[in-house]
Amino acid sequence: MANPTLPPTGTSLDAFLYGVRRASTSVFAFVIITTYIGFGALCHDYGFSVGWAMLSTALLWAGPAQVVLVTGLGPGMSLIETAVAVGLSSVRFLPIVVALIPLVKRSNSRPWQLVLPVHFMAVSVWVEAVRIAPTLPREHRIPFCNGIGLALLTLGTVFTAVGYYMQALLPALFGAAAMFITPISFLTSTARNARLLLEKAALALGLAIGPVLAFSDVQFDLLWTGVIGGTLAYLLHRMQRARGAKS
Amino acid sequence: MSAELHSYLILIVIGFLPSEVWRWLGIALGRGLDEQSEIILWVRGVATALIAGVIARIVLIPPGALAGVPLPVRLAALAGGFLGFLLIRRSAFAGVVIGEGLLVLGALVFS
Repeated sequence: MANPTLPPTGTSLDAFLYGVRRASTSVFAFVIITTYIGFGALCHDYGFSVGWAMLSTALLWAGPAQVVLVTGLGPGMSLIETAVAVGLSSVRFLPIVVALIPLVKRSNSRPWQLVLPVHFMAVSVWVEAVRIAPTLPREHRIPFCNGIGLALLTLGTVFTAVGYYMQALLPALFGAAAMFITPISFLTSTARNARLLLEKAALALGLAIGPVLAFSDVQFDLLWTGVIGGTLAYLLHRMQRARGAKS
Repeated sequence: MSAELHSYLILIVIGFLPSEVWRWLGIALGRGLDEQSEIILWVRGVATALIAGVIARIVLIPPGALAGVPLPVRLAALAGGFLGFLLIRRSAFAGVVIGEGLLVLGALVFS
């Protein structure tokens, strides 16, 4: 998508508003709207209140974990099992936050100052943040991330309610399409961001290793997919660099 | 305790905390790292591979309504969307729209 505006040079508020503008023209505005219409309708199906559904979007801000939570609270699963399944499904937040913090923090940032910007972090926000934040002066990076994050989270929360009330009007296939938009948008946006061999290899390795581990009943299969795929990709990157240094 | 209050308590304890704890742990582990360090490259690799794992998991072991769409249709929609992304100016939006179109079309024809 075209760059709608130039990066701001002024205050933190300008950086925040720049984040809001980038969010509104991002593919993820469309992705979040579709995801959360689907999620709102799902909450209606399972008999939750609209307030509960909206609060779950604002608090969890994690599409797959929210689906796990809502379906897990139905019959058949214990609360502990559901909590564990929610936790396992959100493990991706750990490496994305670790990779983001050094990019945005200032030398005097206190941990509590990072709690709110980090709450906004989701793959959607992260993909845009790691792409655009390095082009901004350091003091603008956290307000910029807050702008993208708050804009998308607000959109998600509002469209949870829209989906909740539209539930009866949605075509039968909408639920499936809303769930599919997570993997297809993750795939195309991480591929778009992948400039280094490191990232391309990590994406390909994760796609290859993920299914093997998911079907082999390994515990924490997502975490292992990340660690094994990421480590192999990093080693490839080092080999490529060593070869480049020699020639 | 009223049923409504109980459902909000469950949202916090069973939903919010198990998910949010990863973000807090990320602050603790990421704060000491330098933007230029080697370990950041490795973490970026891990994050990308893990996101790929999430993609594979949702397509192969889908939740809820997506499970009603046959596996070959899900795989073809993912591959077709990616091809669309590559062919149309590496636009993530084009890839998403083509992938979704293929999924809906395939689901209508084959299920």
